[in-house]
Amino acid sequence: MRGTRPVGTTPAAGDAVARPARRIPLSRERFVAWADAQAGAVLVLPAVLVILALSIFPLLFSLYLSLSRFQPVSGGFRFHFVGLLNYRKLLLGSEQEHFLGRLGDLGVTGWVVFALLAGVALFLLARSLVAGPLAPSRLVGHLLVAAAGLLALWLVVRTLAAGGRPGTLVVTWIYVFAGVALQFLVGLLLAVLCAQQLPGRRFFRVVFLLPMMITPVGVAYTFRMLTDTGKGPFAPIANWLGYANVSWVNDPWGARIAVMIGDLWQWTPFMFIVLLAALESQSPEPVEAAIVDGASRWQIFWHITLPQIAPVASTVILIRLIEAFKIFDMPNVLTGGGPGTATESLTLHAYVLWRSLDYGTSAAVAYSLLFVVTFVGIAYVRLLHRRTTTLG
Amino acid sequence: MTLRWRTSPTRPGPLAAVVSYLILSAWAFVVLFPLYWLAITAFKLPIHVNEGPTYVPFLDFQPSLHAWRYILVDLRNDTLRPYLNTVVVGVTSSLLTLILGAAATYGLSRFTYRIRLASVLTFLAGAVLTAFAIARGLPWQLAVAGGLGAFALARATALRRIRGPRLGNADIAFWMISQRMLPPVAIVIPIYILFQRLALLDSRTALVIAYVAANLPIAVWLLRDYFQTIPIELEESAAIDGANRYQILWRIVLPLALPGLVATFLFIFVLAWNEYLLALFLSSAKAQTMPLLVAAQNATRGPQWWYMSVLILLMIGPVIALAIVLERYIARGLLLGAVRG
Repeated sequence: MRGTRPVGTTPAAGDAVARPARRIPLSRERFVAWADAQAGAVLVLPAVLVILALSIFPLLFSLYLSLSRFQPVSGGFRFHFVGLLNYRKLLLGSEQEHFLGRLGDLGVTGWVVFALLAGVALFLLARSLVAGPLAPSRLVGHLLVAAAGLLALWLVVRTLAAGGRPGTLVVTWIYVFAGVALQFLVGLLLAVLCAQQLPGRRFFRVVFLLPMMITPVGVAYTFRMLTDTGKGPFAPIANWLGYANVSWVNDPWGARIAVMIGDLWQWTPFMFIVLLAALESQSPEPVEAAIVDGASRWQIFWHITLPQIAPVASTVILIRLIEAFKIFDMPNVLTGGGPGTATESLTLHAYVLWRSLDYGTSAAVAYSLLFVVTFVGIAYVRLLHRRTTTLG
Repeated sequence: MTLRWRTSPTRPGPLAAVVSYLILSAWAFVVLFPLYWLAITAFKLPIHVNEGPTYVPFLDFQPSLHAWRYILVDLRNDTLRPYLNTVVVGVTSSLLTLILGAAATYGLSRFTYRIRLASVLTFLAGAVLTAFAIARGLPWQLAVAGGLGAFALARATALRRIRGPRLGNADIAFWMISQRMLPPVAIVIPIYILFQRLALLDSRTALVIAYVAANLPIAVWLLRDYFQTIPIELEESAAIDGANRYQILWRIVLPLALPGLVATFLFIFVLAWNEYLLALFLSSAKAQTMPLLVAAQNATRGPQWWYMSVLILLMIGPVIALAIVLERYIARGLLLGAVRG
């Protein structure tokens, strides 16, 4: 039904150029007729204007902010244009260790890991390139993704190596990629189990949905209570293992894992609920046919169910990828970004800078985040999402 | 055996059922235990918390209402005000979002829009120039009027002859929905400065405006499908009977889309209820919302888990009730959104 112009002969709105005004007596009917003719614009314009005013213009202004320095002057403030200085500061200057992290020394194992991961990534990319028509635009796209991916991988491996320390960029990547992968796997497992004919599955469905609705701030504090090694419910276990009064908050990986567990708890429901709905709406005939042909449970899942839900699965992963990049509440409340900056995400980094009145660098961090999100989003859609949606 | 499978292809065998139940129950425990712990901590005395964990009320410890009394009676206004703020901001912003979103979505599903890209770019360029003019010290009334005048002039003369690419409905919808990609932190500082200039910082109005902008893309995304499933014939017959657009929308379309509208409203409401980042930037004392109040607990008084549990319970109670009511709608809405992309 999309794109049809059904009722009456309403002219294409939105581009309605004012017609030559004839002198006509004002009347209610004419006004109603005029308003009717403008309905298209009247309906859409408010939303467009709100988004323009509060998303697009702030975005442009942010770009300007990221290129300038905030200066308080008497009776207010002004922004002094400094060019790319703020970005330089992030990548090379005083904020480098905070943003990118400190590079460690790659030992032999580090190089092996890096080479292995890079090899796998390049192999997958090459396969995806060969799979389609060899157009220049696709070649350039794949090369870009390969370059960016290798650079990112190099940064991750170097900062996680001995003596290194990941910056907020790498920490955010860890949250996003490891977090979303975990959430997807757990969500898929639960959805597959819940899609079976089991008595009482409605109970599970409602219970599994709950965490998604709960304020992240509340979730964060609840997990702080639970993970307290002295007063939390698992204190006896921690005691027994010899970890009594060892505070995970002081260990970078302990803190990061706590943040990721909180995030997993909160966002698995989203994956679960959408995947379950997708599983329940798939057509039963192929499965029945496969059963008649004697296919095993695993074969059915791998060859029939998974391809059927692939488009939806790909979309929820995309949505979660984009949302996960914005992670803020959980690390801010759970660990305050600490120890040091070990659990700080990019949004939190921008917030910390904003609080210290460094608006320019804060905007630069925000813009870097926007750039990374956009790049990952577009690469994901081009390389994976399109294929699943056209195949499925 | 084949026959049994065919009648119900997803019924598991006994072993599979047991394993399934084990896994599902394990995750249900993972989900519910934190909530249980929250609930019992809210009834503990400090001594019951500080002397190591106690698990079962009445057996391990004697429940007490002291934390509830402290939060609801002693601190009455300090708790009530943020609560009221959250309710007011949540309801107002969700209603506004719903109205704007429903109108836009309906328009996009029933009209054909073809806007010249050149017009859009001219408008944007004009707006940026106007902003610069204001920043350089021109009175804003003059700058805005000049900008609009220039745009109208350009549109009436030069733009008419350009035959560039046009933006259709799908482009507009995609543009709106793609705003979800925008990290809020990338736009919050300009919004902060804007509200500071308008003297709206730390007011409910500021939060409402910010939340409308933040949630509008989600409303459009969720509502798009509901409007497209409404049969167009009803609207056509109403038009033949002489109803105008607005009457059709008000009398026929909105009642038919009511379930979708309610579900979308509640979903947006939950998002606004839980929102933290924008509230952190835009409000401090007067317009403080519940997430801020909860987050502030730690900073002011150290981890006093019993008070914090009460606050968290007060905050999540309504949304848990909503989640139970909403379960079906959410699944459907999100699935349709996800299929469409």
